[in-house]
Amino acid sequence: MSTATGYFIPHDARWPIVGSIGLCIFFYGFGLWLNEAAFGKELFFIGAAIIVFMMFGWFGLVAKESESGTYNTQVDSSFRICMMWFIFSEVMFFAAFFGALFYARSFSGPWLGGVGGGGAEMTNAVLHTGHDYVWPSNGPGDVGGNFQPMGWFGLPLINTLLLLTSGVTCTLAHHAIRAGHRKPFIWWLLATVVLGAIFIGLQIEEYIHAYTALNLKLTSGIYGSTFFMLTGFHGFHVTMGAIMLFVVMIRAIRNHFSAENHFAFEAAAWYWHFVDVVWLGLFIFVYLF
Amino acid sequence: MSSNDVTHHAPDDHAHHDHDEHGPAPGLMRWVTTTNHKDIGTLYLWFSLIMFFIGGAMALVIRAELFQPGIQIVDPMFFNSMTTLHAIVMIFGVVMPAFVGLANWMIPMMIGAPDMALPRLNNWSFWIMPFAFLIMLSTLFMDSGGPAGGWTLYPPLVLQMGDSFAFVIFAIHFMGISSVMGSINIVATIFNMRPPGMTFMKMPMFVWTWLITAYLLIATIPVFAGAVTMLLTDRYFGTSFFSAAGGGDPVMFQHIFWFFGHPEVYILILPAFGIVSSIIPTFARKELFGYDSMVYATASIAFLSFIVWAHHMFTTGMPLAGELFFMFSTMMISVPTGVKVFNWVATMWRGAMTFETPMLFAIGFVIMFTVGGLSGLMLAITPADIQYHDTYFVVAHFHYVLVPGAIYSLMAATYYWLPKWTGNMYDEKLGKMHFWISTIFVNVLFFPMHFVGLAGMPRRIPDYSLQFADWNMIATIGAFGFGFSQLMFVYIIVKCVRGGEKATGEVWEGARGLEWTVPSPAPYHTFETAPVIEPSTVTR
Amino acid sequence: MTSNVSRWALLSLMLLLVPLGAWADWGALNMPQGVTEISNEVYTLHMRIFYICCAIGAAVFGVMIYSMFVHRKSKGVKPATFHESTTVEIVWTVVPLIILIVMAIPAARVLIKMEDFSDSEMSIKVTGYQWRWHYEYMDSGVSFFSQLEPTHNQARQMGSDIDLQSTFVPEAGNYQGEGEIYLKEVDNELVVPVGKKIRFLHTAADVIHSWWVPDLAVKKDAIPGFINENWALIEEPGIYRGKCAELCGRDHGFMPVVVRAVSQEEYDSWIAEKQSAMASVTEQSERQWAHQELVSVGEKVYQANCMSCHQAEGQGIPGMFPAIAGSEVATGSIDLHVDTVMNGIEGSMMSKFSDVLSDADIAAVITYQRNAFGNSTGDTLQPAHIKSLRDGLDISAPASVAALPDMNTTTGVN
Ligand code: HEA
Ligand code: HEA
Ligand code: HEC
Ligand code: CUA
Ligand SMILES: [Cu+2]
Repeated sequence: MSTATGYFIPHDARWPIVGSIGLCIFFYGFGLWLNEAAFGKELFFIGAAIIVFMMFGWFGLVAKESESGTYNTQVDSSFRICMMWFIFSEVMFFAAFFGALFYARSFSGPWLGGVGGGGAEMTNAVLHTGHDYVWPSNGPGDVGGNFQPMGWFGLPLINTLLLLTSGVTCTLAHHAIRAGHRKPFIWWLLATVVLGAIFIGLQIEEYIHAYTALNLKLTSGIYGSTFFMLTGFHGFHVTMGAIMLFVVMIRAIRNHFSAENHFAFEAAAWYWHFVDVVWLGLFIFVYLF
Repeated sequence: MSSNDVTHHAPDDHAHHDHDEHGPAPGLMRWVTTTNHKDIGTLYLWFSLIMFFIGGAMALVIRAELFQPGIQIVDPMFFNSMTTLHAIVMIFGVVMPAFVGLANWMIPMMIGAPDMALPRLNNWSFWIMPFAFLIMLSTLFMDSGGPAGGWTLYPPLVLQMGDSFAFVIFAIHFMGISSVMGSINIVATIFNMRPPGMTFMKMPMFVWTWLITAYLLIATIPVFAGAVTMLLTDRYFGTSFFSAAGGGDPVMFQHIFWFFGHPEVYILILPAFGIVSSIIPTFARKELFGYDSMVYATASIAFLSFIVWAHHMFTTGMPLAGELFFMFSTMMISVPTGVKVFNWVATMWRGAMTFETPMLFAIGFVIMFTVGGLSGLMLAITPADIQYHDTYFVVAHFHYVLVPGAIYSLMAATYYWLPKWTGNMYDEKLGKMHFWISTIFVNVLFFPMHFVGLAGMPRRIPDYSLQFADWNMIATIGAFGFGFSQLMFVYIIVKCVRGGEKATGEVWEGARGLEWTVPSPAPYHTFETAPVIEPSTVTR
Repeated sequence: MTSNVSRWALLSLMLLLVPLGAWADWGALNMPQGVTEISNEVYTLHMRIFYICCAIGAAVFGVMIYSMFVHRKSKGVKPATFHESTTVEIVWTVVPLIILIVMAIPAARVLIKMEDFSDSEMSIKVTGYQWRWHYEYMDSGVSFFSQLEPTHNQARQMGSDIDLQSTFVPEAGNYQGEGEIYLKEVDNELVVPVGKKIRFLHTAADVIHSWWVPDLAVKKDAIPGFINENWALIEEPGIYRGKCAELCGRDHGFMPVVVRAVSQEEYDSWIAEKQSAMASVTEQSERQWAHQELVSVGEKVYQANCMSCHQAEGQGIPGMFPAIAGSEVATGSIDLHVDTVMNGIEGSMMSKFSDVLSDADIAAVITYQRNAFGNSTGDTLQPAHIKSLRDGLDISAPASVAALPDMNTTTGVN
């Protein structure tokens, strides 16, 4: 139903409660699983399945409403604002991990190595005698054993180029749809998704290399922790972004979008660019320096 | 109601397009599937009232144990989980949801919008909360007990927790999702749902404060989520964020936590500022003094709140330069906050005041919040804070800003808007009694904490030295008095919901703003036709 | 309605005054002035900001209250219509700023002084453990643990019948001490000389603690894996009591600090005594002990270290702390028992005691547990066994539990 002003106000929202129950089961299951309790894994996957089901249902409903022209431009801009600030919240989530990286490298690391004011010198002299701080560090306890850091050349560099290229193809897709060219739109989208998929594939490759050849693991002290958490969460976001773009592509094939009305694509594209920018941050602060 | 010459349409004026079939759905499912901002607001408000009694009951366990020296009722471990859960419930389960509930009810009505921007998302934001607290509170019944490391969750202590640790973390993630979605919705509503003519500077202060609060939430809750995620991986996946052996640092958690935690305390107070800025002008029958500077002050507080976090960490061994910076920046917050206080006083000045219950609570808020703010200023002075830190002086400080601060603003808001919500006047006599009894007891409860704190009683202890006995006993008496007098609050609300003298649309003689232009109770759908807002229309 | 309001207001004021009657001791309501130059400066600063805050409060509330009484509708006033004034806005932005600057300058001065760690004359490393402090005199090699005194420890157990008022209050006649010291007494005091700039190095072994002595105005977090510096120069001899100030788990409320400041001569002789006592620790773990001797020492160790969790009768707390009485560990294989006590149990509150207790104490408490609370294995465990385990395990013996001879209270060695 829409109001006299034409703003669409839905009724009888049934998906949210499904989502809540799904999330609840998911988290409960995850908690049990972490504690190696019975049914943990099962509940985790049941919860995840419910969430996926909810997403299909909910987004499907929105897509249908959108197709049937229920939304006016004001609704459209609500979606835009929403997506924008959602992405901002994601940026802040990454900020926490970048903050941790920054803090470890500029404060706790040097402090443990005896550099800095206050008790730094004594910290090193009394508690960590002989520990020298140099960045790729797994701390005075040599946690996780000797490892080699991940260089920036090779896979990471290729990945950077891949993602940058995918940003370009994504923008080309945008130009295409704005001009109403559906075919090129789909092709550019496909290129973007494929580039994303290759990126993920290469990242898996990189992780395997890290674990087997470099002895670099999640447990390799603070370097391993920040490396895998940052790149891992990023990889997860790439996956989500690629899925979004893939769904958009399917919808494009089914002719859901027009030159004027293609917000679903734009939202996914914003997300994709955000993932791109985060990667540049990663490439600079995790790999390069 | 001369000031409110807004053109609007009550719903029955409408042409009856497909409306009526979308009145509230019958039965329980109405509440589960509702997308109506008023319904969702109601759900939030009831939820938070229930949680208030749960969190309060936990506080009473704390106070009962502290009634006398020695350990009488609970094991120290359980005591610590009471402290922790009390804080988590009160902050995330009471004050925040209550403010979101008020935002839901009032923001669309205040700006003349038909509903929130994204009604389905709005429903979800609420329907996450009960599940989140289900998980959180269920940890109390697990073998390893509830979280007992304080609401600040400092590692390595919190990592010693047993199996329920994972559930605590996930419950926090869960609540975070709700807060972020709720805030995004509020931002979208305020930006996108204003009818033509409703400029930013015509919005009521409550809308402004919530807009800024929503930004604080969107910017900090994800950081908190990141911090607890690192705790989770340190505990279960062998990362070393907070362990020196691996090159991390326990203090790093504190920095990340307080980067969230300090803005969080302003999240708990900015909407309160908005409420009080609505109520005082009404009962002083005089326009809010210095509206523009109120807006700028709110924005300045929000901005400053991002650069003061380490004032919670003056004893962690920060470098001198850091301590100086955080001391100065923290002190600066007093300036915009002072502007607010002075503006309220100036609004009262030469008004024609009456003292109905909402006004009493609002004035109580201003006075007692200022008491808490001034002790906050004392805490900001680093060398003195080294003595105050982690004592009951801090506990006194934050309860003054939170209980007669945030909680009072919620009560003021409830009394103020209850007639609008229910169509009935609440019982004024009981309301006044509720105010006076609460105010006496809340001071008996929290004022003595300043003394025992200064004299050296640390916080988070289940037992204390004999010299603190008298004041603790008094505080406990205050706690039970304050706690049980809140049953009056529930009684008054229920009584008002069930009936009473009928309220007019305007309700209060000096009321200003669009919400008073619709009938009481506010119809299920308001402003489906956008109100016409002229430059001369009074909207705040 | 007006009269109604004022009636209530008056009543509330009167009720607020009631608690004032409980003011037994005005001095106990404020921050102590302390015994160092810094603590005095902090006190002065505290009083100054306190008075400024009172003045601000008085001014703001004064205006409000005046307005509430005069500008009320019932008096027939018509509301004014003014609602902004740039001038006053500027005034009440600038005036507070000036007040803040007046506060900030002395505060910064004191802070800078506090953070000056140079020229210290001796160093003491203070390590926080759950829930005891370990002190190490870096210049003389003396080191020991310090924890809540056993009588206090017993009195604070849930359901203990010990009457705090008649046990820990000197007027009650039973207690030999100055002032009420419930929960403020330790087994081994930190003894320091007056007139010397002492540098404290704070760290922790498990979780974050915070070493706080109000009279010295020092409070610094003890962070595992890091050292924080701090210092004090005590001017008057005396006993200064403090607490752990950072939540550190179940018994956070029960890890007091006691500093005894004495003259240099007294201090020197105390150090010498400690040094010789430490030498005898090795001796104690090598000699053969009698069964009964181990049991009686073990009982004391148990009461000081284990009772708070496993309870006085070894009954434990169901669901939280296992019983020792009839426990499979305490009646079964002795090796598992030794391992449990020495290395603790991963991921539980049962911590590792090999750092904390001496060989003799460990042997004694194990012997005790195996022969008390109805456990009757008849086993005797010799300290020498623990020592050999330690040597084999390469766990260095703590130089701790210093001074068995003068520790009658804890270990009761005759
Ligand atoms: C609603 C919540 C709220 C609010 C609004 C505040 C407001 C302030 N807080 Fe508070 N604070 C908490 C909640 C809050 N706090 C909590 C929960 C904790 C403890 C967390 C924990 O450890 O568990 C805490 C702890 C805390 C600490 C750490 C103490 C410690 O652990 O050692 C400090 C230190 O600086 C501090 C300072 C301040 C300051 C300067 C303000 C200022 O914003 C106050 C400003 C207001 C005024 C100053 C009064 C009005 C002004 C005037 C009348 C103008 C005239 C004034 C001057 C000229 C100065 N707070
Ligand atoms: C908005 C936040 C908020 C609110 C409203 C309160 C309200 C109260 N708080 Fe809270 N408190 C905190 C936030 C808050 N607190 C925080 C953040 C901490 C720090 C935690 C930490 O250290 O980690 C804290 C810590 C804290 C402590 C210190 C604990 C310690 O350090 O060990 C104490 C001790 O007295 C206390 C007491 C109280 C009391 C008596 C109330 C009263 O106002 C409560 C009023 C009581 C009721 C409303 C009870 C009503 C119940 C009944 C009438 C019983 C009937 C029951 C049923 C019908 C189910 N609180
Ligand atoms: C802070 C609490 C605490 C203290 C102090 C403590 N313990 Fe324990 N202890 C525990 C807990 C908890 C367990 C159970 C751990 C588990 O099984 O996960 C335990 C288990 C044990 C067990 C094994 C019992 C069984 O049947 O499983 C023994 C033996 C024991 N402790 C001896 C001691 C001794 C000796 C001391 C003192 C020197 C001591 N404990 C001090 C908490 C404590
Ligand atoms: Cu140690 Cu608190
Ligand atoms: Cu703060």
